[in-house]
Amino acid sequence: MNVLPTPVLLAVDWWALGAVLALSAGILLLLLLEFFPAQARSNRSAIVALLTLAAAGWSVFHVRDAKREIFGGMFVHDGFTVFFTLLFCAAGALAVLLSWDYVKRTRINQAEYYALLLSATAGMIIMAASNDLITIFLGLELMSLALYVLVGFQRHHLESNEAALKYFLLGAFASGFLLYGIALLYGATGTTGLGQMAAVMIDSPMLGNPLFLLGGLLLIIGFGFKVSAVPFHMWTPDAYEGAPTSITAFMSVGAKAAGFAALLRVLMRAMGDVQADWIPILSGLAILTMTVGNITALLQNNLKRMLAYSSIAHAGYVLIAVVAGGRDGAASALFYLAIYAVMNLGAFGVLTLLGREREERVLISDLAGLGFRHPALGIALTLFMISLGGIPPTAGFMAKVYVFSAALNAGLVPLVIIGVLNSVVAIFYYLRVTVALYMEEPQGEPVYVSWATPGVIALIASVVLTLWWGIQANGLLAAAQRSVLGLL
Amino acid sequence: MREYLPVLMFLAVAIAFAAGTIGLSSIIVPRRSNARKMSAYECGVEPVGNARARFSVKFYLVAVLFILFDIEAVFLYPWAVTFRQLGLVGLIEMMVFIVILLIGYLYLLKKRALEWD
Repeated sequence: MNVLPTPVLLAVDWWALGAVLALSAGILLLLLLEFFPAQARSNRSAIVALLTLAAAGWSVFHVRDAKREIFGGMFVHDGFTVFFTLLFCAAGALAVLLSWDYVKRTRINQAEYYALLLSATAGMIIMAASNDLITIFLGLELMSLALYVLVGFQRHHLESNEAALKYFLLGAFASGFLLYGIALLYGATGTTGLGQMAAVMIDSPMLGNPLFLLGGLLLIIGFGFKVSAVPFHMWTPDAYEGAPTSITAFMSVGAKAAGFAALLRVLMRAMGDVQADWIPILSGLAILTMTVGNITALLQNNLKRMLAYSSIAHAGYVLIAVVAGGRDGAASALFYLAIYAVMNLGAFGVLTLLGREREERVLISDLAGLGFRHPALGIALTLFMISLGGIPPTAGFMAKVYVFSAALNAGLVPLVIIGVLNSVVAIFYYLRVTVALYMEEPQGEPVYVSWATPGVIALIASVVLTLWWGIQANGLLAAAQRSVLGLL
Repeated sequence: MREYLPVLMFLAVAIAFAAGTIGLSSIIVPRRSNARKMSAYECGVEPVGNARARFSVKFYLVAVLFILFDIEAVFLYPWAVTFRQLGLVGLIEMMVFIVILLIGYLYLLKKRALEWD
C-alpha cells in the first residue's frame, strides 16, 4: 500500500548556489580545524576565511552571465545577485585583512570570529539573491544573528557587551516588524513570492489597499532598521562604537548593502504598481536620514561615532536613488553602495591600525599631528574623508553625481536640493578630521600606529579603488546598469 | 468573514469552558489545607529549598544545545517515512545533512560544551 505521493526532488543548479555552498564549506572547515589547537597568534583561520571568500567570489564570477531560478523561484541567480555577491565577498575579504592583526591585539583571534564573519556574508548573499519574502527573512536572520555575536565578541569589554545587547534587542524587534509585514502582504496577495505578487497585482490592483499598505510599511521599517535609516537608527552609533573596529567596518558596509539589495528587489520586482504609495514614504525617510545623520555627526568627538552617523547619512543618499527608481535609480544605488563600501572600509581600516595592545584610540583629538608622523596613513585617511564628503577627484564624488542625476531625471528636484545641502554640511565634519591630522598639536602621548601587512594591503586596495573609480567610473557604472536589467 | 464564524464560536466555547470549570471548582472545592498540601510541588518528592533559587547559566547552554539537536533530529523522521521513494539521492542529501550536524556535535565536544565544569 502506497498512500504517500512520490516526493519530487528538485533539480538544483548547484553552480548558481556556489557562493553560499563555498561559504558553508569554509565555515565547517574552520570549526573542524579547531580539533588541532592553534597558537594565539596563528594566521590559520584568517587564511581559510580569505580563501573561502575568494572561492565564493570566483564561483559566482565564473557563471556571471547565467540567469537561473532555483528552489521553485525562491532563489535567483542573475546580474543583481552576481553584483552583490562580489561586493559582499570583496567587503568580507577586506574585513578579514583588516581583522588579521587587530584581532590579535584585542585577544579575540579565534576561529569562531572568522566563521561568524563568513556566515554573515552568506546571509547577505542570500538576502540579495532572494526572490521570496521568506528567503529574504532567512538571509536577514543568518546575517543578523552572526553580526549580533560579532559585535559582542570582546566578551570582557563592557562597551562591546552593551553594544551587542542593544543591537540584539532592537534587531529582534525589527525582525518582528519585518515578519509581521510579510504576514500582512501574504494576507493581501496570497503569496510570498515577489514574482507571483507582481502577477497578482495585475488582476487585483493593490494601490491604496490598507492591508497591503500596512504590510509594505512594516517591511520598510524592518529594512530601514538594517540600513539604519532615521528614525530606525538609534542602535547604530552604540553598536558601531562598541563593536570591534574591524567588525564595524564590515557591518557598516555589508549589512547596509544587503538591506538595500533586498529593499530594491522587493520594490522593483513586486511593488512597481504601487509606486505612488511608497514614494512619499521613502522620500520622507531619505530627507530625515540625511539631515539627522549629518547634523548629529557634526557634534561627535569620537571618530567611530562620527563615522556611524556619517554612515546613516549615506543611507539617506542611497534612499534618494531608491526613490528615483527605474533602471537609472537602481543602477545608481548599486554604484553608490559599491563605492561607499571601499571608502568606508578604508576609513574604518585606518582606525584598526591605531593604538597598541588592548588600547583603542578613536577620538578625533587622537589624530592630532598624525599626518606628519605617518604621512602615508594621513594621506589615506584624508582621501577617504574627502571621498566620503563627495569632493572630486574621488569615487565619492562620482557616486553622488550619479545618484543626484538619476533623481533629477526622475523629477525629484526638492530631494536633490536637500541632498546637495546635506553634502555641504557633511564636508565640515569630514574636514575636521583632516584639520586634526595636519593642523593640531598632539595632547599627551601621541597615538601609536600598529603597522601590519594585511591591513596595509587592504588600505592600499581601498585607496586605489577610491581613486580609480573617481577618475574612471564607467566600468563600474556599466556593471551596475547591466546588473539591474533583470529587476525591471 | 462568514468562514471565520466557526473559529469565533470555537473561541467562545473554549473561553466559556475554561472560565466555567475554574469558576465552578473554586465554588464547590472543599478547603482542608495542611502544610504538605501548601508546599511546592516537586514531582512528588519532598521539596528541597525555595523554588525561586537562581539557576546556573550553564543550564541555558545545555538547553540550547538540546533544542538544536532535538529539532534537527526531527527532520530524520520524514526521511525515514519516504526513504524508499527518495532513493539514493535522498540518502546522499541526508548524509550531507547528518555530516553537517556531526561536525557541529564534534565541535561542541571539543569545546567541552557538554562538560559541567
